[in-house]
Amino acid sequence: MSTTTAPSPTTRGLPATEGTPAQRIIRAAITPGGAVFVLLAALFVAVVLSNPSFGEPPQLIRFIGRTAPIAIAAMGQYYVIVSGEFDLSMGAVVATQVVIAGNYIGQDEGRVLPAIGLMLLVGAAVGVVNGLATTLLKVPSFIVTLGTMLALGGLVDYLTGGAATGNPVDTFRELGRGGIEGVPVVDVLPFSVIILVVVAVGGVLLMRSPFGRTLIATGDNPDAAGLAGTSVWWIKTRAFVLSSLSATVAGILLVGYAGVHPSVGQGYEFQAITAVVLGGVILGGGRGWLLSAAAGAFALELLFAFLNFREVESTWRDTVQGLIIIIAVAVAGRAWTVGRSPKQPPDPPPTTTPTTSAATPNPARPGTDTGEH
Amino acid sequence: MSAVTSQDTGRAGAAAARPRTRAGLSSTALIYLVLVAVVAVSAVLTGIEGRNFFSQGNIWGVLTAMSVLGLIAIGQTLVILAGSLDLSVPYVVSLATLVAAGGMKGLDGNVPAAVFNTLLLTAAIGLVMGLLVALLDVHGFIASLGIGLVISGYLATNYQGSHGAAAPDFRLLSRTGIASMIPASFMVMLLCAVLVTLLLRYTRLGHHLYAVGGNRAVARMSGVRTATPVIAAHVLCSLLAGLAALLLVSRTGVGLPTIGSQGRYDLLSIAAVVLGGTLLAGGKGSVVGTIGGVAIFAVLDNVMGVMQVNPFLKDFVRGLAIVLAVAVYARRSVVRRPPRFGPGTAAAPAGTAQEAR
Repeated sequence: MSTTTAPSPTTRGLPATEGTPAQRIIRAAITPGGAVFVLLAALFVAVVLSNPSFGEPPQLIRFIGRTAPIAIAAMGQYYVIVSGEFDLSMGAVVATQVVIAGNYIGQDEGRVLPAIGLMLLVGAAVGVVNGLATTLLKVPSFIVTLGTMLALGGLVDYLTGGAATGNPVDTFRELGRGGIEGVPVVDVLPFSVIILVVVAVGGVLLMRSPFGRTLIATGDNPDAAGLAGTSVWWIKTRAFVLSSLSATVAGILLVGYAGVHPSVGQGYEFQAITAVVLGGVILGGGRGWLLSAAAGAFALELLFAFLNFREVESTWRDTVQGLIIIIAVAVAGRAWTVGRSPKQPPDPPPTTTPTTSAATPNPARPGTDTGEH
Repeated sequence: MSAVTSQDTGRAGAAAARPRTRAGLSSTALIYLVLVAVVAVSAVLTGIEGRNFFSQGNIWGVLTAMSVLGLIAIGQTLVILAGSLDLSVPYVVSLATLVAAGGMKGLDGNVPAAVFNTLLLTAAIGLVMGLLVALLDVHGFIASLGIGLVISGYLATNYQGSHGAAAPDFRLLSRTGIASMIPASFMVMLLCAVLVTLLLRYTRLGHHLYAVGGNRAVARMSGVRTATPVIAAHVLCSLLAGLAALLLVSRTGVGLPTIGSQGRYDLLSIAAVVLGGTLLAGGKGSVVGTIGGVAIFAVLDNVMGVMQVNPFLKDFVRGLAIVLAVAVYARRSVVRRPPRFGPGTAAAPAGTAQEAR
């Protein structure tokens, strides 16, 4: 796998792209991963129509800053889902980090940097445990991360007594809350937006690196990836580490927004999974784009903002979220076939795709199973 | 299941005897060995606290705790065997308690209608989920999470606090039992377990359920109607969740909009199913094993209650127990998987690892 994905500029056998940029954009927009951007645009227009002030740059940038934690968490969840696993421990990791920040830093400014280091270390450790238990002990990741979720969540609740404890120094909270003042158009540029952009750019570069390519290949078909020389366990473990680290970053930002309470991260895992699924990433692995996952998070938050402006009771949020993910997945399951076969002769795709869609979630697997044995 | 297992073991024994060290021990037997060990440790720990684990009251407590989670886990087993997943159970349970208690309004005459309505409603929810999974190809994880969220939004909007009241006769159900040791609710659960086991072993639907869960494409090409078992599994799962809700109503006397999510029945039932040796990817497992998994949870909870462990620490222990138990078990199931096409195919574990997800 990695040999085909290292396109050295001198010995390029195939053209890197096909068609004009406009063709490529249209082709991308009809895949679920691209469609989420269309959805995002439509929602944005709808929100601005119902509340024009939302479209002003200062408002907008504040909204992006508020959404940054969940978008970062969604990108973290993306690595795990695209590798064919689940990470349910995300919310518990967020809670753990928030509580660590609250109790370790306190009012001591000198501890801010060591605390961030400690939190990243704890996050990485959780990821390693999740990854190794999934890959080496061969426990389904759903169960492993459910276990870490219960264990970490229980431990945090036990240590804090289930109540808010500790209050980190304001310089630390500024990370999530504050920003660079006096920026021309947007007034205040929140740090969380900068962190989001850094994480997103880093993630895109990562997914274009051999690691990213191998990760997708592993998610698509772990057997084939293993036979092609990938060490599947190490790839997947790294995906879990990335996920937990993302949850850590989200936790750092959330300290600023939400304060220190063991319930801060509650439900984050399912929200992140919802965002990833909304971004057109297929559960089971191997399909989907990183930025679509982030876009899914934004679409979800925009939708909530829209409901808010329309004065729908906030208790209906769950219902809307539920309907959205069902519809998104029902549509996405069909649509990836269209996106995956752009090179087919023009006649078959429209007719064949609906009939073959039953096998689309994992088209490679039944074949490889029988072929291998 | 044990029929399937023994058959598997037989073929595996012929083909690849070497990797299996503890030969002859079926997966279900292992679960019950673990259960016996847990019970023994719990009895000792309870004894240290100066109480008797095997006292009438304590046995009653353990069996009562088993019955609700047990019913839900039986349904979950069906769904997981069919290769799907049901995360909506806590919300279905909550909704069902509200419908049941709201329908009874504390009058004995309303009981049949209320019970009927509750079960009808839950079956309808299961039907919707089954249709989504089977016909629209929505992953069970998403379909059930979505349906669960839809119900959760409805509950949060329309109900604050408890609602309705159970009929006095209906409440008696939670207090009747055999020899004040085996509660009636446990008997209900056991009856359902037996019925579902019979369904899985002796009916066409049951066999198709295993086939579809094992490999849907192969099942379809073999002429199995793949939609029917999946839909049936979801309907039965929701129906059993409704039954569990009725037991809860008979115990609490009211309908509570958060009783399901507080019980974390979604994740705990899945954990119990996996603990019971059912493959999360579907196609392999048994209700008998699931009951063992539920019993392990109930005993653990009971002994932690006796020892007055901090409730938050309980979650920690529970999480640890799940991972450890499944780690022990999952390794075995990988090794025990027979090669599919005769001897000499040592690559089987790789395929299983992928499926075991």
